[in-house]
Amino acid sequence: MFAASLVPLAALAARTFGVGGLGLGANPVAALTDALGLWALRFLLATLTLTPLRYLSGSAEWLRLRRMLGLYAFLYATLHFAMYFLVDQRLAVGVLVEDVAKRPWVTLGLIGFLILVALAATSTAWAMRKLGRNWQRLHYAVYGAGLAGCWHYYWQVKRDVTAPLAYAGVFALLMAVRAVHAWRRRLRLRAMYAPTTVPGRSEVPAPSRGN
Amino acid sequence: MLIRRPADIRPSEITPADVYAQRRRFLAGALALAGSTLLAPAARAGTPTGTVLAARRNAAYSVTEAPNSWDDVTGYNNYYEFGTDKSDPAANAGHLRVTPWTVTVGGECDLKGRFALEDLIRPHPLEERIYRLRCVEAWSMVVPWVGFPLGDLVRRLKPTSRAKFVQFTTLNDPAQMPGERSRTLDWPYTEALRIDEAAHPLALLAVGLYGRVLPNQNGAPLRLVVPWKYGFKSSKAIVRIDFTERMPETTWARANPTEYGFYANVNPAVDHPRWSQKTERRIGAGVFAPRQGTLPFNGYAEQVASLYTGLDLRKNF
Repeated sequence: MFAASLVPLAALAARTFGVGGLGLGANPVAALTDALGLWALRFLLATLTLTPLRYLSGSAEWLRLRRMLGLYAFLYATLHFAMYFLVDQRLAVGVLVEDVAKRPWVTLGLIGFLILVALAATSTAWAMRKLGRNWQRLHYAVYGAGLAGCWHYYWQVKRDVTAPLAYAGVFALLMAVRAVHAWRRRLRLRAMYAPTTVPGRSEVPAPSRGN
Repeated sequence: MLIRRPADIRPSEITPADVYAQRRRFLAGALALAGSTLLAPAARAGTPTGTVLAARRNAAYSVTEAPNSWDDVTGYNNYYEFGTDKSDPAANAGHLRVTPWTVTVGGECDLKGRFALEDLIRPHPLEERIYRLRCVEAWSMVVPWVGFPLGDLVRRLKPTSRAKFVQFTTLNDPAQMPGERSRTLDWPYTEALRIDEAAHPLALLAVGLYGRVLPNQNGAPLRLVVPWKYGFKSSKAIVRIDFTERMPETTWARANPTEYGFYANVNPAVDHPRWSQKTERRIGAGVFAPRQGTLPFNGYAEQVASLYTGLDLRKNF
């Protein structure tokens, strides 16, 4: 999985340097920026798929992939931002400020990226220990990153919004699975604590967390 | 005494000069091929194809910048009638039938009617002009068009005194243009110019590219080229030309009036909600080339700025 996640990057590198006759077309900067942004969104959505998979399969094994896929989303988002700010705009801070201030789709992209930066920076075991309960609270922000990512893509497209809507649909579905799961858990807990519960039952399952 | 010594090399062993040169060319070609695939992604082998057109270069109306490669000009196109991806037109336009082609002329002019494309073009000598092309998406190219001044045709069609605008309509045929099967835009694509803009000597009706007949993905068989305006003003596959008294609606302005206006003059000082128009990326310059500054009227200010004296270009974007 670790190696497989690097395949898109390797493919893009091959196209950038023309290995084996591959290329990026007439506008390589736009091609690279778009492709890296899409892969960041794909990895983010893949990360958000793991908790629903746990619900559906009943296996917590899926969560072992969460940090790695999340960090890959961060890696691709970083490269996507670097293509825009470093390669295309050559560190022109004025352009960045203007784009963020005037163009809401850029603002959303930057918000999503900054969330991923915060999450990646606190992805170590040390940070988890240090932050305690707040770690989970902070990492719920990944939903914000997902929303910002989908919206950024939707607003970036000039006219044909089919693909952005498909990604947004996947995101909405993943969030809906969580909502249904949380709702059903609440019903279950309510039933469990209701007065009709068999007295003396001691095993109350701890509410499982997950995002 | 003359001793005839046999020649060291028999004539039959000598490689004829043309074969020798052929081998040189072959080696050079092989090296270039290896180089292009391994080292230089930008260098590609595409050479112009299609019927050659007789056209003389009009240097007075040509920029001196190097034109983009045939592959770039014919492979990177915004032509939503064939799909929204830049590579869609090259992939999907091949089936478009461009002969026979009829252009209908109507509205405020004397010479109304349906014209076979050949009859419309025949009186006009073709010339080559190398123009800058600036897309509203903040990228640019340099293109060697073949065509004739739109103004010459406009005069020939004898607009009446009420004709203030010229409208261009693109073919609406979903069977041939797959992009028109979805309502990405309000088909048919229409564009328009003020009549004095249409009469400006820089406004060109193009029928060719790189000295050849215009490829379908570039707007064959007849397209407009207005180099001082964003690319979307330059209608492709024109089937109607109408002279009107009122300013016609144009496709992109109707689709998104806050982003696209009627004039759409290239203007680094007027911002677009999506893209900064201050700079542009030159196609073909490669991954690590810097962006370049965008010029007012795409560098044609000296010729066309006087068309807009007294007009607030911020409001009339």
